Amino acid sequence: MRSPLTDHVYGQHASVLPPQDQTRHDGDDIDLAVRTGLYRSMREMRVFEKRAYDLFMKQLVKGTSHLSLGMEAIAAGFGQAMRRDDYTFATYRGHAHTLARGVPMTPVLAELLGRANGLLGGKGGSMHLTSVEHGMMGSYAIIGAHLTIANGAAWSAQYRGSGQVAVCFFGDGTTNIGAFHEALNYAAVYKLPVVFVCENNMYMEYTSIFDITAVERPAADRASAYGLEPVLIDGNDADEVYLAAGRALDRARAGDGPSLIEAVTYRHGGHSRADPGKYRPSEEVEAWKAYDPLDVYRDRLIRLGVSADELLAIDAEVLAAVDTATQEAIAGDLPAPESAFTDLWADGGWSWRN
Amino acid sequence: MAQLTYRDAVARGIAQEMRRDERVLLVGEDVAGAGGVFKTTVGLLDEFGPTRVVDTPISEQAILGAAMGAAMTGLRPVAEIMFSDFFAVCWDIVVNQIAKTRYMTGGQVSLPLVIKTGNGGGLRFGAQHSQSIENWAMAIPGLKVVTPSTPEDVVGLMAAAIRDDDPVIFCEHKGLYASKGEVPDGDIIDSLGTAKVRRPGRDATILSLGMMVPRALAAAEALAARGMDVEVIDVRSLVPLDTQTILGSVSRTGRLFTVEENPQLLGWGAEIASLASDECFWDLDGPIQRITTPHIPLPSADSLEDLVMPSEESIATTIEKALQS
Repeated sequence: MRSPLTDHVYGQHASVLPPQDQTRHDGDDIDLAVRTGLYRSMREMRVFEKRAYDLFMKQLVKGTSHLSLGMEAIAAGFGQAMRRDDYTFATYRGHAHTLARGVPMTPVLAELLGRANGLLGGKGGSMHLTSVEHGMMGSYAIIGAHLTIANGAAWSAQYRGSGQVAVCFFGDGTTNIGAFHEALNYAAVYKLPVVFVCENNMYMEYTSIFDITAVERPAADRASAYGLEPVLIDGNDADEVYLAAGRALDRARAGDGPSLIEAVTYRHGGHSRADPGKYRPSEEVEAWKAYDPLDVYRDRLIRLGVSADELLAIDAEVLAAVDTATQEAIAGDLPAPESAFTDLWADGGWSWRN
Repeated sequence: MAQLTYRDAVARGIAQEMRRDERVLLVGEDVAGAGGVFKTTVGLLDEFGPTRVVDTPISEQAILGAAMGAAMTGLRPVAEIMFSDFFAVCWDIVVNQIAKTRYMTGGQVSLPLVIKTGNGGGLRFGAQHSQSIENWAMAIPGLKVVTPSTPEDVVGLMAAAIRDDDPVIFCEHKGLYASKGEVPDGDIIDSLGTAKVRRPGRDATILSLGMMVPRALAAAEALAARGMDVEVIDVRSLVPLDTQTILGSVSRTGRLFTVEENPQLLGWGAEIASLASDECFWDLDGPIQRITTPHIPLPSADSLEDLVMPSEESIATTIEKALQS
C-alpha cells in the first residue's frame, strides 16, 4: 500500500478533487418544500459564519472559532431529516449543527461574543454550543469523547422506548483516537439507535488525513470492523446527505442499530482562526470552492423550476436575520460577575463545603 | 439489624435504589453475570435483568460516556470503573465532560450519575491496581467524592449518591470489602457532605478516610492505653466537605493529624490543613501533622506495602511523639 509521508513532502500530496456531475440528484424524490428548506438552512449557516468571522476580525469574537464554511450540506441535510426530538452531538465545529436544529441566531452569536444573552450565558463559548430544548445536546471540544456520550443518549432512548435517535458528527481526525473505536464497538454490540457521521474534510487540523491513516477511507474502511456497512457519501450535496440521513435514522428507529456514514467534504478555510490552511494544494482548494454546496444546490433548485426571485428572497431574509442577530448580540450586556459562580452544581451554586 | 460485609452492602445500596426508581441502571465490566470482580453487584442481574444491569466491553471511555449521555437524557446510571487506577484511561470523560458540562451549558444539562470504583491499597496488587485516587477527583470542580468506611455507610451513601443530581465518584475501599458491620434493616439514606465522629476525644483530632479509619481507631485505642484521648473523624465525603464537624473538632482539641493513604503531595489532608490554618489557627496548640504514604507508587511485596502505608503503629507512634513533645 501507499506509504504515507514517504511518497511526498508535507503539503505537497496529490490533490483530491470533487465529483464532476452536479445533476445526479436532480431527479431524487425529495419534496420541493424540503429542498427550499435545505437551501435556506445552508444559507443561514453560510451567512452566519461569515458574519462570525467578520466579528472575529473586529475583535468582538474572542478566543477561537472553527468554521464549517463549505461543509454546510451535512448539517443541513441531517437537520432537515431528523425528528424534532432527536439528539445532536457536535464538535467544537458546531455552529452549523446548532443552527440546523432551529436554535435562534441571536443567542448563538451572543455566546460567541461572550454576552449575557448568549446561549450559555457566556460560560461555554463557540466550542460548547448547547440547547437542550432544541435537541442540541452539546458541542464537545475533546476529540472522540462525544461519540461515547451520544451512545449514552441512544441507550437512554432505547431504554425509554422513545424512538429518538442520537446523531453524532465528528471530523476525519477523530477516526484515529481510541474513543472512536470504543464507541463504535459499543454501539454495535447494544444495537444503539445512533448515527455516526464523519465529516471527512480531508485534513485533521493541519495534516492530510490520508497521510496519517492506515486505510484509504478513514471512517468507511473501519465500518466492517464493527459489523457495519461502509457508507460513503458526497457531503457537499445536500440531497445526497438528506437521503442518507433518512436511511440511517430509519434503521436506528427500527431497532437495527447504528450507522457509520463518511461524508466527504471540504472546509473553505483553515482548521481554526489561527490557521490559513496553506498546507493544501491550491488546485485542490480551488476545485472544492467551485464545488460549493450552496452553488450546487442553488443551480439544482433553478433547474427544478424554483425562480431566482424566490431564492433571492430567501437570501434577503437570511441576511436580515443575521443583521438582527448581530445587532442584538452586540447590544447584549456583559455577563453579570456573579454568574461565574452559578450552575456548577444542581442547586445552582458552586459551594464545596459547609 | 444484620451483619453485612462491605461488599454485600454495595449491592444492597444499589438494589435499594433500583427498586425505588426504574431510571437507575448499572453498567460496567463484569458487573452483571459475574456479579462484579469484587462481588459487589451479586444478585442485581437476577433481580433487575439485563436491560438494567449491563455487562460491557473493556472500554472505560465508552462506559462513562454511556453513563453521561444517559444521565443527560433522563436516566440515573451507576457506572463501575473496576479499579480506580483505570480512571487514567477515561479521565477525559470524567474531567472534561462529566464535571464541566452543567457549568459550561449555563445549567442546561443535569448529570445525576454515580461512578463506583474499587479504590486503595493493601491487597498486594502493585502500583497500577492500588492507588487512592480521591485526590485526583477532588481537584476537579464539578465532582462530588465520597469514600465510605463501614457497611452501613456504604448503603446510605450509595443511596445518597444515586439520589443526588450531581455526578458522584463513589470510592469503595478494596481492603474493606471483606469487613463486616451491623446494618439496620429497611432503607438507609445518608447525606453527602457529612463527616462522622467515630470516637470522641479531647487531646487531638485525627482525620481519616476509607481503610485508614479502622487503622486510626485502632491507633486511638492504643493511645488511650497510654493516656492520650484522641478524637477520630471519618471524613467520608471530600466534596462536599463537612468543615463544620472537622474544624469544630480541631478547635476543641487544639491538635490536627490527618491519616491519608494517598501519596503525600497535594493530598486531601493538605487542603484541610490549609483550611485549619486559615480558619482556626489560634485554636491550635501545636503543628498540624499529616501521616501519609510517602510520595512513591505502592510496591507489591506485602512487607514493603505494609512498610509504606500508614499503619496502626505508625499512626500511634507519630501522634504520641507529637503530643509529648
